[in-house]
Amino acid sequence: MGSRPPVRNREARRRWRGYVYVLPAFAVYVAFAVLPALHTAYLSLFDWDGVTLGEWVGLGNYAEIFQDSILRRSVFNALVLVVFFSFVPIVLGLLSAGLLARYRRPGMGAYRFLFMLPQVVPLVAVGVTWRWLYGDDGVVNQALRAVGLDSVARAWLGDFDFALIAVGLVGTWVLSGLCMMLFLSGVQKVDPSLYEAARIDGAGPVREFLSVTLPHLRGELAVAMTVTTVAALASFDIVYVTTNGGPGEQTTVPGLLVYRLAFSEGKVGLAAALAVVLGVLILAIVYLINRLSRDRT
Amino acid sequence: MKTVARSERWSGYALLTVMAIVVVIPFLSVFLASLQPAGTPVVGLTWPERWSWDNYETAWSVAGFSDLIRHSLIIAVGVVPACLVLAALAGYALGTMRLPGGNAMAAFFIAGLTIPVELIVVPLYFDLRNLGLTNSYLGVILVEIALFMPFSVFWMRTHFLSTPMSLVEAARMDGASSATILVRILLPLARPSLMTLGLLVFMWSWNQFLLVLVLIQDTTKHTAPAGLGFFVGQNSTDIPTLAAGTIIVMLPILILFVVFQRSFLAGLLQGAMKG
Repeated sequence: MGSRPPVRNREARRRWRGYVYVLPAFAVYVAFAVLPALHTAYLSLFDWDGVTLGEWVGLGNYAEIFQDSILRRSVFNALVLVVFFSFVPIVLGLLSAGLLARYRRPGMGAYRFLFMLPQVVPLVAVGVTWRWLYGDDGVVNQALRAVGLDSVARAWLGDFDFALIAVGLVGTWVLSGLCMMLFLSGVQKVDPSLYEAARIDGAGPVREFLSVTLPHLRGELAVAMTVTTVAALASFDIVYVTTNGGPGEQTTVPGLLVYRLAFSEGKVGLAAALAVVLGVLILAIVYLINRLSRDRT
Repeated sequence: MKTVARSERWSGYALLTVMAIVVVIPFLSVFLASLQPAGTPVVGLTWPERWSWDNYETAWSVAGFSDLIRHSLIIAVGVVPACLVLAALAGYALGTMRLPGGNAMAAFFIAGLTIPVELIVVPLYFDLRNLGLTNSYLGVILVEIALFMPFSVFWMRTHFLSTPMSLVEAARMDGASSATILVRILLPLARPSLMTLGLLVFMWSWNQFLLVLVLIQDTTKHTAPAGLGFFVGQNSTDIPTLAAGTIIVMLPILILFVVFQRSFLAGLLQGAMKG
């Protein structure tokens, strides 16, 4: 490599020229995603109805989020959904991976196909389907009546105590397959001799899972936690279609309130503030998950 | 020892099988409901006495699903090629050239993976309305491209990082320009990655709901999921027609999934990052 100044300048210029390729993607991304996100943060500092002139309120909207019981409730509901969207699918996924860790597993192709089905279809269609399953005449009640549990049968999505759980279980249905497939493909990469070694050392299945399988799934675990937690916190489609937040505020989630506040109640600033809280919450959790999963390696 | 192993193996398969049944029943239930005579009350899983395919005709023409499907396709056809081209260009530069600040730039794109639609949709409505881009497919297309760009760039950069640099260097020695290297040498090799990305982006575009709900308030211009979401509020009593509409909205994605299973699965599992 020549090191005389003119050559180095030309070399430097040539390196910068690569940005020509990055520019179009960068421009669209900044214009229609990054700037709107910053604009949301700016709007969150105003009391604005979307029509007349906005009034600067500083952090007032944020204060309102922490004081208003419905807004607080929506954040709480989203955290409850994390249990069903994230925790349960991950446990099921780990269970299946643990049970099938040590074997060649013929016939996995069909399972993989079936488990991924809920992942590919629109969540709105999933919502419509479950609305019908949870209805008075739906499959859920049909099954309960078939085993003599007539007294348990009810319109699940309209039930004050069970609506949030019912919505959560839709998330479990959507995301469990993905977690299972992630962990099963992760466990396939584990060197079989590790299991043999563990066996020789007299390890039982539980011990083996904890000391061989689980440590090897750290990467997949981080991915599964990230995807499912974000899906829970930013949920909108399923809730909008199945319950629209009801009964009462039992299934209200932040996504639903951002939409409702901004476009039917004329509280754009408050909606923006809630969107920012949601965005920060997601960012913090994603950061935390990835930080923790890296630290232990 | 043998018997323990066998019982363990079976319990694994038993769990997967129970899960598979639970996954399939909702699909089966909505499919069977779609074949019952229109307007009849349907109870759970019931085998239809007569297969009434005319619900599909009703949903397609009367309920307007043909228009909804067409609108969704218009948007997807705008989004997918643009995403592929922009991401290939950016991924090429970020993956093969040592750009000054290239890693920071890549990180800036990847940070976008955490942006939920909720975070951007409110100002987008007001900004695009000022530009005359609400109730317009172009508006939705531009926003979707932006929304999928973090993953797309991340995906293509990962692909280009894994291509052997010796190929690029050899071509450079022969005096090929960076554009020639991309078009002649790297893009033909990138076809599988591009196809998987195309399928994923198509799927996300097809399934997008909140964005369309906000940016296209004119219901005659709705996309398939938005139309379905609207339809369920209006027509929750005619279960067979509603079920047929639901199947129609799912069908394009299901067909792609059946045909391109391998690419889809690889993309979904590797690309689960997107969320």
